[in-house]
Amino acid sequence: MAALIAIVLLIIAALVGPWLSPWQPDQVDWSLNPLAAPPSLASAHWFGTDGNGRDLFVRVWHGTRVSLLVALLATAVSVVIGVAWGATAGYLGGRTDGWMMRVVDVLYALPYMFFVIILTVVFGRSLWLMFLAIGAVGWLTMARIVRGQALALRRREFVTAAVTLGLPAHRIISRHIVPNVLGTVIVYATLTVPQVILFESFLSFLGLGVQEPLTSLGRLVAEGALEMETAPWQLLVPASVLALLLLALNFLGDGLRDALDARQR
Amino acid sequence: MEPGPLFQIHDLAVDFATPHGIVPAVHGVSLEVARGECLAVVGESGAGKSQLFLGSLGLLAAGGVARGSVRFDGRELLADDGEARREVLGTRVSFVFQDPMNALTPHLTVGRQLAEVVLDRGLMGPDAARARSLEALRAVRMPAPESRMGQYPHELSGGQRQRVAIAMALMTDPDLLVADEPTTALDVTIQAQVIEVLRDARDRGLAVVLVTHDLGVVAEIADRVAVMYAGRIVETAPVRELFASPAHPYSAGLLASVPRLDASRELRLQGIEGQPPRAGANDAGCAFAPRCPRTQPRCRQERPALRLAGNRSTACHVPLAGYEAPAGARGVP
Amino acid sequence: MSAPLLSVRGLRVGFPARRTGLASPRQWHAAVDSVDLDVADGQAVGLVGESGCGKSTLARAILALETPAAGRIEWRGKPVRRDDAAVLRGLRREVQVVFQDPVGSLDPRMTVGESVTEALEALAGRQARDAAAARVSATLEEVGLDASLAIRYPHELSGGQCQRVAIARAIVARPKLLICDEAVSALDVSVQAQIVNLLAELRARHGMALLFISHNLAVVRHLCEDILVMYLGRIVERAPREVVFATPRHPYTRALLASVPIPDPTAAAARPREPLRAVTDTGLPPPTGCAFAPRCAAADDFCRGSAPSLVEVGAGEFTACHHWRALGPWASPGTVRSTAS
Repeated sequence: MAALIAIVLLIIAALVGPWLSPWQPDQVDWSLNPLAAPPSLASAHWFGTDGNGRDLFVRVWHGTRVSLLVALLATAVSVVIGVAWGATAGYLGGRTDGWMMRVVDVLYALPYMFFVIILTVVFGRSLWLMFLAIGAVGWLTMARIVRGQALALRRREFVTAAVTLGLPAHRIISRHIVPNVLGTVIVYATLTVPQVILFESFLSFLGLGVQEPLTSLGRLVAEGALEMETAPWQLLVPASVLALLLLALNFLGDGLRDALDARQR
Repeated sequence: MEPGPLFQIHDLAVDFATPHGIVPAVHGVSLEVARGECLAVVGESGAGKSQLFLGSLGLLAAGGVARGSVRFDGRELLADDGEARREVLGTRVSFVFQDPMNALTPHLTVGRQLAEVVLDRGLMGPDAARARSLEALRAVRMPAPESRMGQYPHELSGGQRQRVAIAMALMTDPDLLVADEPTTALDVTIQAQVIEVLRDARDRGLAVVLVTHDLGVVAEIADRVAVMYAGRIVETAPVRELFASPAHPYSAGLLASVPRLDASRELRLQGIEGQPPRAGANDAGCAFAPRCPRTQPRCRQERPALRLAGNRSTACHVPLAGYEAPAGARGVP
Repeated sequence: MSAPLLSVRGLRVGFPARRTGLASPRQWHAAVDSVDLDVADGQAVGLVGESGCGKSTLARAILALETPAAGRIEWRGKPVRRDDAAVLRGLRREVQVVFQDPVGSLDPRMTVGESVTEALEALAGRQARDAAAARVSATLEEVGLDASLAIRYPHELSGGQCQRVAIARAIVARPKLLICDEAVSALDVSVQAQIVNLLAELRARHGMALLFISHNLAVVRHLCEDILVMYLGRIVERAPREVVFATPRHPYTRALLASVPIPDPTAAAARPREPLRAVTDTGLPPPTGCAFAPRCAAADDFCRGSAPSLVEVGAGEFTACHHWRALGPWASPGTVRSTAS
């Protein structure tokens, strides 16, 4: 519950925060000397500024927006593909299931880092590519989880009952299997979001993430790490926001999973 | 051994703490089991009959609390420290659960599990334990007992597993055996054998409490019957009298619901309207009133107390004809 | 006599059995073996047997949920094959099933009304919304449920109510044959009686045929006119109801009848007990001879060597026992009772 509130607050902050500040995200405050200034109330740089004199408060919230956007879209992609793939494989079973899951196994074995790097090099760095690449990797785990659930579900009597009604396989999958795995899917999707944010942060850390002037929490952390000794707030602020967001998402996912278990019992 | 009943439950209540609040499963039940007697506790789902005995022996699941007095051979079992319970449970009182697969450890052989019952307590040495295990398997009419000793539970059929569970319960030569739905999961031919096994045990002087919903099994083996509904006892009687002239409308309804091989085939089974109340329901008035064909206004306002008369008791404002509580019958709280 | 609706001949359905060791070949084991079965229009047939006898597998084969290894299943004279979509469609419309687990047979994510509507539309084609809702409400009322329960989910209802919903789902498209696979076994006794009465009523009202599968002989006696007894995949006896109970002609039937507890202490005490030798194997029939021989008190070498087939021994009476003539007289429990209650 607390986690949910925290997340909602963070989202609100991310959306509303920049409005509160007089500064723009890429506006350089030339009045500062040096450009990197610690947090102060007087200059309205509540989180301080980064190495280029840009207000950190605003940049952090913009970065949060981007991180969340990438995470949600990438998770959405993996959910859609993963659920469709896993539910079909699990329900059909037999050799179809075998082949479908072998595909997943092979893709799993590929080093996704290389994959993303190659894509980035070929297509350039862009936001769309970001969540496509992440989503393309994320659906594998979702597919496995959903397939396991579908395998268990197809033995349940209400699925047998649907078969005796003469319903075709695709109807059974969409009407009976998918709604009954949604609970698990929601839980794992909630736990996937922090993984995606971390992955995106990692890519940004490597310099492969979002491009300027857009920023993300990962980029901010990467930049802040370079200035760790001289301007610690540049690292601490985005890192704290990132940590809080991840923590809250993980708690939310755990809480959802416990609630789901209790209901199924 | 002390005089008096072997096992005595007095005003036992069992509550469960759930996220939705306290759910009472058993409300103030009092029961006695005499030495060598077979008492059947009958009821449908939600009646609380399993929880009654799990609670009295300290075997409740997490969140369950039992209050009241439980005496075995004069000794109070529900004392806080649980010492009396630990001494008695597994040696003089044994419990057989409904699902034999759950009662047996899958990775230990039958012989090992049987022997452990006495070895763990230091009651005898390994050779004596093995001999006793064989004896117990013979007592439950297990075919080829020697070869069974080395087998694992999954190699046995359901009926055989249940017999091993009963054998384990008999290892320490207990005075009381509490069996919770021992035949429900079994085929009818296997059930007949398990009933024979329980009969043999009774012939040797073992007192048995049989928790069941199967009236046929009750008729085969019980001496006395207690009928439970919604966490309370509604009737107790010797078995022949209960079947011949039940006093409580619920008992009568149950008996009329069971299709019988020996009766002429009527067109309709009698059944009881409605469904059993959900566990934990505790409304004012008689819990059976909504389903009872004999309900009076009084039934919905005032819960009938259990009235004892001779060797029968019943909790009903309008008991069936043929049963008259004599004037001066004392109420059992 | 008109042709039966359902006709099963020589059915064999099998599964690979557990291997006894890593090196030994996987054995194939027939859950259903050489089964013949007929159900005529409006007839109620009971199939009795204990766990592992193959009765559920037989039901699944009739519903075209399993592919038989051998034999023929015909519905209205046309062979039923899982790869023939047109025949399957016809079969599904006219043959429906009620399962043992009332709550498990309903999709927990669909309301009662949605489950029944889905059945109606799948079997009778898409309906106008009002017509469908009206028909669903009427069917719910018919099975003894208040139509307002249509918006509830299965976990909000009791076991008995869920089973009524399952029955409503099965009959909403007016099937000609209703298969009940242990449909009352998971219910409390008082609720069982209600459902048994309901099934009898529905059958009478709609002229539905019934294939009632159960291990509970007393319930089967209440509902069915013809009874088949199954043991380890084979039909061992078949006869009209009263004949089976008055003069059982197979040792297994006798053992079953002798084992059924009678809710009457006096009768129970007076009843002769026919002890049945315990099963020592894993539920597979012996490789040769009668499947029941290992447990039969009357078995001899002939029985162990040659598997008996079902032979007609009276009007509509069949038994698969070599020594059926030698079985002694049967004291049915009814003759033991001295007074009616």
